[in-house]
Amino acid sequence: MREFFHRRLERSAIGFVLAIIGVSAIGGFVEIAPLFTINETVEKAPDMRVYTPLELAGRNIYIREGCYACHSQMIRTLRDEVERYGPYSLAVESKYDHPMLWGSKRTGPDIARLGGKYSDAWHVAHLINPRDVVPQSVMPKYGWLMRNELKVDDLGLHLAAQRKVGVPYTDAMIANATADAFGQASPDGPYAGGVSERYGEATNVRAFDGEPGRLTEMDAVVAYLQVLGRLTDAAHSQSAAAGK
Amino acid sequence: MIATLTVEERQRAIAVSAFLALCGVIMAIAGRDDLLGTHGVIVLLFGLGGIGLVLSKYFEPEPPQERLSHYYDDPTKVGIVLSLGWAVVGMFFGVWVAALLAWPDLTFDAAWASFGRLRPVHTSGVIFGFGGNALIATSFHVLQRTSRARLPDQFSPWFVLLGYNLFCVLAASGYLMGLTQSKEYAEPEWYADIWLVVVWVVYFLIYIRTLQRRKEPHIYVANWYYMAFILVVAVLHIVNNLAVPVSFGHAKSYSLFSGVQDAMTQWWYGHNAVAFFLTAGFLGMLYYYLPKRAGRPIFSYRLSIISFWGITFMYMWAGSHHLHYTALPQWVQTLGMTFSVVLLVPSWASAGNALATLNGAWDKVRDDATLRFMMVAAVFYGLSTFEGSFMAIRAVNSLSHYTDWTVGHVHAGALGWVAMITFGSLYALVPWMWKVERMYSPKLIEVHFWLALAGTIIYVFAMWNSGIIQGLMWRTYNDSGTLAYSFIDSLVAMHPYYISRTIGGLLFLIGAIVAAYNVWMTIRMARSQAAGTAEADRPVLHGAGAALQPGE
Repeated sequence: MREFFHRRLERSAIGFVLAIIGVSAIGGFVEIAPLFTINETVEKAPDMRVYTPLELAGRNIYIREGCYACHSQMIRTLRDEVERYGPYSLAVESKYDHPMLWGSKRTGPDIARLGGKYSDAWHVAHLINPRDVVPQSVMPKYGWLMRNELKVDDLGLHLAAQRKVGVPYTDAMIANATADAFGQASPDGPYAGGVSERYGEATNVRAFDGEPGRLTEMDAVVAYLQVLGRLTDAAHSQSAAAGK
Repeated sequence: MIATLTVEERQRAIAVSAFLALCGVIMAIAGRDDLLGTHGVIVLLFGLGGIGLVLSKYFEPEPPQERLSHYYDDPTKVGIVLSLGWAVVGMFFGVWVAALLAWPDLTFDAAWASFGRLRPVHTSGVIFGFGGNALIATSFHVLQRTSRARLPDQFSPWFVLLGYNLFCVLAASGYLMGLTQSKEYAEPEWYADIWLVVVWVVYFLIYIRTLQRRKEPHIYVANWYYMAFILVVAVLHIVNNLAVPVSFGHAKSYSLFSGVQDAMTQWWYGHNAVAFFLTAGFLGMLYYYLPKRAGRPIFSYRLSIISFWGITFMYMWAGSHHLHYTALPQWVQTLGMTFSVVLLVPSWASAGNALATLNGAWDKVRDDATLRFMMVAAVFYGLSTFEGSFMAIRAVNSLSHYTDWTVGHVHAGALGWVAMITFGSLYALVPWMWKVERMYSPKLIEVHFWLALAGTIIYVFAMWNSGIIQGLMWRTYNDSGTLAYSFIDSLVAMHPYYISRTIGGLLFLIGAIVAAYNVWMTIRMARSQAAGTAEADRPVLHGAGAALQPGE
């Protein structure tokens, strides 16, 4: 009888190494590679805009504080989720999210469609002490967001790095990143006009933390939270079309 | 530890430490306006510490040539101690974050102490600190015994062990300062990731260099698993961490992938970190320490082959079950679900193989808490892989996903399987390493066993209850066809379970502290006893020639 083939494989260290690499590579390759090549994977959304520098800074603070550990940004295609949170999430909505923040746990609610749901003042109060507005909440307090000045001098570098990984920031956006961050949080200041010009009229230009004179981390986080689910109307128009 | 290095190895250690210190200086200067600078200082101190350590013993005599006829176990010993240290730290942070969900104001309004920053300290602390150090320590031990070959040299094992711990320190300190990529279980930033790749390549080279010099014709099954762990984790780590730094003076980077592709890559990584870090590596432990402790051969060789290749092939398809009903295309979801269900076959083959190995030794399981740790680990491995396959079914997942059920499932695996097999293996290994007859206190092992089991059961039951209640409340409709509960209603309902989960975790933490104390006392006991039993741990001679392959 021929020797059981595995007995031979076990005698070759290099052979075993190559076998492990070969056998383990198949699954990931079959599931991941086509996601980059099949066009239907990500829907078309011509109205999709990129994050402003202030919103991107807010998103980075959201990542820094680990908010994604308790809040998902992915509404599943289930009736109760759509009724609780809004139209289910489309792939295109996180097209510019490097990395994605879909999340895996809802200790708090999903916030994929949080933008515009509450006022800026509510967010500020909630972030300073969640139990002031939702008595049963177990969310941490984030008082330091109001105390910390936002670091803006390197936002141009951030935008440039984002462009390297595929986000279509223009040269003008990169050059004016710091000014735009100031402008978006001080509607009466000299830089406010440039924000709407570069990112669209629909962009929120407000003193998000209620203090137009200072640019705080609170400004950035609230600006980010207020744009969640509002970079494109694709999900809303799709669900409206389905309703007809 | 330095006295066992040759002069040439001491020089190499100084050179590598100096290079590390130089990297630290460069990071500190380039990142002076950024948290990267703080990490540069940590790297610098680590490098200087390495230089100081070697210099303090530099002029001691070289180790005798005779050393080459023994196995080299010093890195394993230090790895065991580091592993237990990380266990206590990681589990302490676990209890803390658990308590935060019941009493959210335990953060003192300090940024570093908020839930989002502490949680990855817990997950990385237990997975990479406790689990990773235990894997490195045991793999060096198992590799030498099952190959009858000494580790190739005396410097590279230290490089791997201490370099890996530098990675763990950068990870944990980074989270507290707010440095994270946000990718679960792959949070450390780009420079730490690059460092881990360097460490990992050396780890692989130690493995292959030792295997190539083995005196056993066949590679033992434990080494298949350790090799799969090393190789696949390397691939997963590199692909999932591809990113562009903001600049070389910034700690922050942006992931190369975005949106749906990033989600799939992340959970391909995330699920296989479970598969190849938390399963394959620990199955390697199980395949060596369980039969040794039970004094029985592995029940079935063919079952080992089936489960090994089944796990290696099929786990890599299963990651997409983390993304059911999301914007991920349905065909990928379906593939993930299918392979997750079929995965039950190799998983139960392993668990069954382990339990069947105990046939004829059940009296030992009754009397020996160390072996009982391993037996319970195999049972929990079977239970949590069944639960995992079940939760990967799309309809079940629609209820369980995003809830505490997932957390409970992970802890059934992490506490019941990974930690139990580790503690069992360490209790078996420590007396061998320090050349004593037994652990300092068998009674304390017994105490630890019941603390660990009680803690795991309380934890898992609490999370099953909270997760299923949560999932059901979110989808309950009232008679008028609208949602019956607000989100906050479901959160309020979780409160008692969050308290009981904290208690379960606390029991498990106390058990780990008992283990650390027991190991510490065993080491002290060994020091006070006269050395001289070293001859016992040598391979049996077969025919002519040296029984052990010396170092390179």
